[in-house]
Amino acid sequence: MAMAHVGAAEQTHAPKKRGKKTAYLLLAPGLLWLIIFFVYPLINLAETSTKTPAPTFETGEFVQTFRFMNFIDAFVDNQEQFYRSFIYALLATVLALAIAYPLAYAMAFRAGAWRNFMLLMVVAPFFTSFLLRTLAWKQILGAEGPVVSTLQFLGILPPDATITATAFSVIMGLTYNFLPFMTLPIYASLDRIDYRLLEASGDLYANGATTFRKVTLPLSMPGVVAGTLLTFIPASGDYINAQLLGSPDNYMIGNVINSRFFRVVDYPTAASLSFILMATILVLVIIYIRRAGTDELV
Amino acid sequence: MSRWFSKNLIRIYAAIAILYILLPIFYTIAFSFNDADKRNIVWRGFTFEAWLNPCEPIGICESLGNSFKVGITSTIIATLLGTMIAFALGRYNFKGRSTTNLLIFLPMATPEVVLGASLLSMFININVGAGLVAVTIAHIMFCISFVVVTVKARVASLDPKLEEAARDLYANEWETFRRVTLPLVAPGIGAAALLAFALSFDDFIITNFNSGTVNTFPEYVWTASLRGVPPQANVIGTLMFVIALALVFAGQVIGKRKLAKKS
Repeated sequence: MAMAHVGAAEQTHAPKKRGKKTAYLLLAPGLLWLIIFFVYPLINLAETSTKTPAPTFETGEFVQTFRFMNFIDAFVDNQEQFYRSFIYALLATVLALAIAYPLAYAMAFRAGAWRNFMLLMVVAPFFTSFLLRTLAWKQILGAEGPVVSTLQFLGILPPDATITATAFSVIMGLTYNFLPFMTLPIYASLDRIDYRLLEASGDLYANGATTFRKVTLPLSMPGVVAGTLLTFIPASGDYINAQLLGSPDNYMIGNVINSRFFRVVDYPTAASLSFILMATILVLVIIYIRRAGTDELV
Repeated sequence: MSRWFSKNLIRIYAAIAILYILLPIFYTIAFSFNDADKRNIVWRGFTFEAWLNPCEPIGICESLGNSFKVGITSTIIATLLGTMIAFALGRYNFKGRSTTNLLIFLPMATPEVVLGASLLSMFININVGAGLVAVTIAHIMFCISFVVVTVKARVASLDPKLEEAARDLYANEWETFRRVTLPLVAPGIGAAALLAFALSFDDFIITNFNSGTVNTFPEYVWTASLRGVPPQANVIGTLMFVIALALVFAGQVIGKRKLAKKS
């Protein structure tokens, strides 16, 4: 919704035409597509979530019994992975913010002629495969990789210790993979700041830190809100990083949903878990936007 | 010295951050030249072997072909549908605007695993087989929102005076759209199409839920990662990276030429 706000603010100056018919004709095909292939599948998912195995006990056959206890069971059985997903996603979001903000600041105010080059470097990961990059991290952090051997040589890491298959490498992978989604919105909001405001703050005897705290940071909040959402949401549902960089002890809720669907062929549990995940994220996002909107944005 | 250091601290930091961003990309590129054994993990020596036989591992080029089919089809359809919505939102007053905005926003705020699972539930319930068609349908769905957001920003930043001027010069609505509005919005549409293709080409989670037995390139890499990814996968990753960079540079050059022509 943060993005919707940004969009709405930008549009106000264009005069609106009245032709309602044209508007609906333009909207119809795309919205229909979203209704059929986004909303309707969610209804199907809801329907699947309260089913129970068919009396024949055939694999993959389920009948509708409106068993809402499925949700409670699914949550209780997988609490650990739920908490882990949100903790990992939260840590990755905080880390990505810490890495991205100074980088975006440097791009917006200190890059000079290098600005476009830096922007290209920030989006460069989009040009290679997500999976190949994550596998490269597995190599870099792996037992035979440069990081472990250096740390072992320096005596920081004991000879048999590893970095992969730990919570650290999963969180690191999440942080890395969603970093561009954090950096770009922050950069966009910093880039929009009128530099004269920062000068005015200096003229009023604010030092650098005060200017940053009172002017730059509040003005960049829309970007921070958008960036944290674009990082936290996909990170909390991700299972690739946990699978490639972690061990079963680091599995997140995405891993459980995936294996319930494909290995166990337990569609109702997978559907219940998906719904709990989506509902939790929506509640967190609404609370977050409210808080960010009232306390910091205004 | 220390003054220079503190003055340039943020630049030094930015350089380190960019190196961090690029590190796994360097790895991917370097290991496409590795004289690999079954597992392409340890550096064993330089060779062009994988570059000369990119299709050698079974199924790799087939999966790449599937990714292109899905990517191109979903880019065209999603860009068309998304651009139409963006124009409606940016140019017209109509009832149901906030519902429309919500419907655009929600797919972006839903984790991929939920999107994938819900589509598969539907395909199972209506007995439609998983496969490339199902994957393409899914990709169009999640690309539409990103196209709308990208194109809408461009439509909103247009100076309405330019369209007024066209009408003052007796251009009708269609002519104004074709000769003035569309060329001005075109860079936004181009960017949206590139984004849609990148999202589709790289998608794994939603694809994996809906592809059945067919493989796209990310699925090939995923399956191969259980046994050991062949260096040919790195060759394809490297090629995609180089092509994307070349496209961006070409876009910049064309943009600059157009600017030079005008002035």
